[in-house]
Amino acid sequence: MKPGRIFPIIAALMLGVSVSAQAATIQISMENLEIMPAQVSAKVGDTIEWINKDVLAHTATARNGDFDVMLPPKKTGTLVVTKAGTFEYYCRFHPNMKASLTVSP
Amino acid sequence: MFIRLSAAIAAVSLLSGAALAQGAKPTDPQIAHIAYTAGLIDIAAAKQALAKASNKDVKTFAQDMLRDHEAVNKQALDLVKKLNVTPEDNDTSKTLSKNAVNKLAELAKLNGAAFDKAYIANEVAYHKAVDSALETTLIPSANNAELKSLLQTGLKIFQGHEQHAEHVAAELK
Repeated sequence: MKPGRIFPIIAALMLGVSVSAQAATIQISMENLEIMPAQVSAKVGDTIEWINKDVLAHTATARNGDFDVMLPPKKTGTLVVTKAGTFEYYCRFHPNMKASLTVSP
Repeated sequence: MFIRLSAAIAAVSLLSGAALAQGAKPTDPQIAHIAYTAGLIDIAAAKQALAKASNKDVKTFAQDMLRDHEAVNKQALDLVKKLNVTPEDNDTSKTLSKNAVNKLAELAKLNGAAFDKAYIANEVAYHKAVDSALETTLIPSANNAELKSLLQTGLKIFQGHEQHAEHVAAELK
């Protein structure tokens, strides 16, 4: 194999690695019945991590039914976003807790 | 409407009136007892509703009440243990409990949609009364900062319950 051919392969591998390294973990806290921050932007492939700091159980439930993450008291729940779009979500147990998640491709 | 309103007024005057009529602010051990008793009452009401309610939203609401009030009461118990405070029984707690026993007996006679409506109407009135007592009496009277903060968190939770109950009540009409 000529060196000229190897380079693009290495570049592709590096690109592949760097793409997956870019997938971020975005933390959202639930404390005192508030979702903070209430508006978050993410990219497809990112992980959303909800940290429930309350003694109450919460959920992160999409209005359109796309996700429903259970968050027991003082526990954390995660979701890997696989779809672009804006997702309004709330806590099923405390419907006053509302937030939105915008996922770009 | 009249029945519901009078129930709400009775509940409010029981909560704020009894303790205030004596002109004395409740002490922290008394406040802890009142708050814990108020939680137990709603837990008992929720258990009755889970056994008797027919409407899906009413059952879900009762489950929410059970889950939240048990969590808050557990937190209250942990706090009094930590602070080494023994909750002290008092006239407000006694009146609350007596009233709650009567309410459970009254609701026990109802079935189906009539039970659902009466349970939710009482939940609206009860949470209103508890929220008002927290705001006007219990929170301002609490001395210990941690107790005050737990009561404030409680108020926020119970205000949510009140709105939730009002929402379910409106759906039942």
